[in-house]
Amino acid sequence: MPQIAIIAVFFLWPSFEAIQLSFYLEDPWGLSNEFVWFENYQTIFEDPEYVGTLIATLIFSLSVTFLSLGLAMLLAVQVDGLLRGGGTYRPLITWAYAIAPAVAGLVARFLFSPQIGPIYDLLNPDGEPPWFEPALDSIDAWVVITSGAVWRQVSVNFIFLLAGLQSIPRSVLEASRIDNPSGFSRFWSVTFPLLAPTLFFLMVINFSYAFFETFAIIDTVFPFGPPAGAASLVYKVYVDGFKGADLGGSSAQSVVLMLFVLALTVVQFRYLEKKIHY
Amino acid sequence: MTTLTLNSLQKTYANGTHAVRGIDLEIFDGELTVFVGPSGCGKSTLLRMIAGLEEITSGDLMLDGSRINDVEPAHRDVAMVFQNYALYPHMTVRRNMSYALQNRKVPKAEIDRRVVEAARILQLDELLERKPAQLSGGQRQRVAMGRAIVREPKLFLFDEPLSNLDAQLRAQMRVDIRKLQRQLRVTSIFVTHDQIEAMTVGDRLAVLNNGELEQIGTPMEVYSKPASEFVASFIGSPRINIVSGEVKAGTLHVDGFELPGFSQISDQPVKVGIRPEDFVLESTAKMSLQIDLVEELGSDELLYCVSPTGLDYRIRRPGGSGHKVGENITVSVISEKLHLFSSQSGKRLN
Repeated sequence: MPQIAIIAVFFLWPSFEAIQLSFYLEDPWGLSNEFVWFENYQTIFEDPEYVGTLIATLIFSLSVTFLSLGLAMLLAVQVDGLLRGGGTYRPLITWAYAIAPAVAGLVARFLFSPQIGPIYDLLNPDGEPPWFEPALDSIDAWVVITSGAVWRQVSVNFIFLLAGLQSIPRSVLEASRIDNPSGFSRFWSVTFPLLAPTLFFLMVINFSYAFFETFAIIDTVFPFGPPAGAASLVYKVYVDGFKGADLGGSSAQSVVLMLFVLALTVVQFRYLEKKIHY
Repeated sequence: MTTLTLNSLQKTYANGTHAVRGIDLEIFDGELTVFVGPSGCGKSTLLRMIAGLEEITSGDLMLDGSRINDVEPAHRDVAMVFQNYALYPHMTVRRNMSYALQNRKVPKAEIDRRVVEAARILQLDELLERKPAQLSGGQRQRVAMGRAIVREPKLFLFDEPLSNLDAQLRAQMRVDIRKLQRQLRVTSIFVTHDQIEAMTVGDRLAVLNNGELEQIGTPMEVYSKPASEFVASFIGSPRINIVSGEVKAGTLHVDGFELPGFSQISDQPVKVGIRPEDFVLESTAKMSLQIDLVEELGSDELLYCVSPTGLDYRIRRPGGSGHKVGENITVSVISEKLHLFSSQSGKRLN
């Protein structure tokens, strides 16, 4: 029962409040409100900025997912060979797991800072006018945010993929060495399919991480707000609700996000738990 | 024609462990050779070196006259059946069997023909579209065999393939593997720690201990003329009796008795091995033993006896003889049936 009470107070009640608020138009001082049915939803989906943010967030999330999984896979496959011999390298490689998103954001901010950032200098060798300017250009800003998010996620993915690789029975890999002379083909026909359950799980995890939890990275990289077009959906909920004082519109956006979570959860349970299973 | 020759093959691990200490062995065409020994004797390592899964530290591995030490496993033309079968869990039985052939660019019609043929031999026809998780232990074992058969390799390698099956199935598969190997005439190596399995399956046994080859020979040679005390006690169930004795001027002194007729052996302390079935019960015999325990095995019975000096003996007799615990019996042994080993080296003397 205490668990249900905790869920009710910290999850169900705020969700219910958000759903309720999304149907009201409230004045910025909270003195009066008016029930407006789906007008808030209509407004946000008719707003080209919101739709743009939605598309940008989707592209960003997919990029983070595939980049971080790809890099982590590359690393994990290399390390797997080493670890099957001895086991001293693991802590060295996995320490980045302990990094909070906000710290990842700070690291990205320093690396790409116009004043002290080495990567900023590397990308702008000629000085004026800067070719790469994340503070002004939204695509450049997304590159910085993506780098931070990918950097953080690679270590998480690496741990899971490495564990997945190590759980593949050694004898199965040996059998494939006798059956197949090409290491590349062995990887795609034996290792990769056996890793598929782990990969699919990580895809869902990474996508939801990029989609929902990059607020901290955006907020630390751009303490005064990102350039126009470089906000994620979650960041926009915060900006519109708390800075723009549009509680109704912001709540409607939250409800849309909740529906995304729901959809992801369904995908996870439907396919992850049942389909990819040997 | 396939012959495999091992020339002083050695395996030393990076941590200094000597798993295999210089083994010389020749495996003949169409023969099934069993590597047998206790766990940790190096038999599996030796097999994995032949398969190419384990690097060879020194020595030569020759297949049909060419050195294959550094040839990739897939290019050695060997097929291996693993202890836990090592089937590809994401592939159907059919895919498991055809995978190696596809990688070797064998034409599709030929693959189908071989898979169907192997499935027929192993009675897997009905199971071709199933995945390994949907099979029983015995069926998985047969799929693993099928995967090896379709390759039509020069050499079959079996790494304790029966140890994960229950006793009844194991006995059945033992017979099946033997028949199959006779039928296909593929040169094979079979690794096991089970001496009964080794005796029944092999054309020849290679008894390994501590990374060294103790003896190579047919099952009967190894049983009736063990080359060392280790082989004598490892092969044979119930175990051989080993007692200490001494040879003095051609006479063997053992447990208070004197047996003449060992003039070819110089004076030295020896270990005497007596198979449990080599005792003869005679009322006129001099060796008196007291029965401590009787084990009825149906066709046989095993008498655990104690001599007046306190030494233990196992004696095997036909079943239903009605011997009782506490009874005294007198036995004799024919000198020719005794196995004498050096106390120092453990090597056979007679």
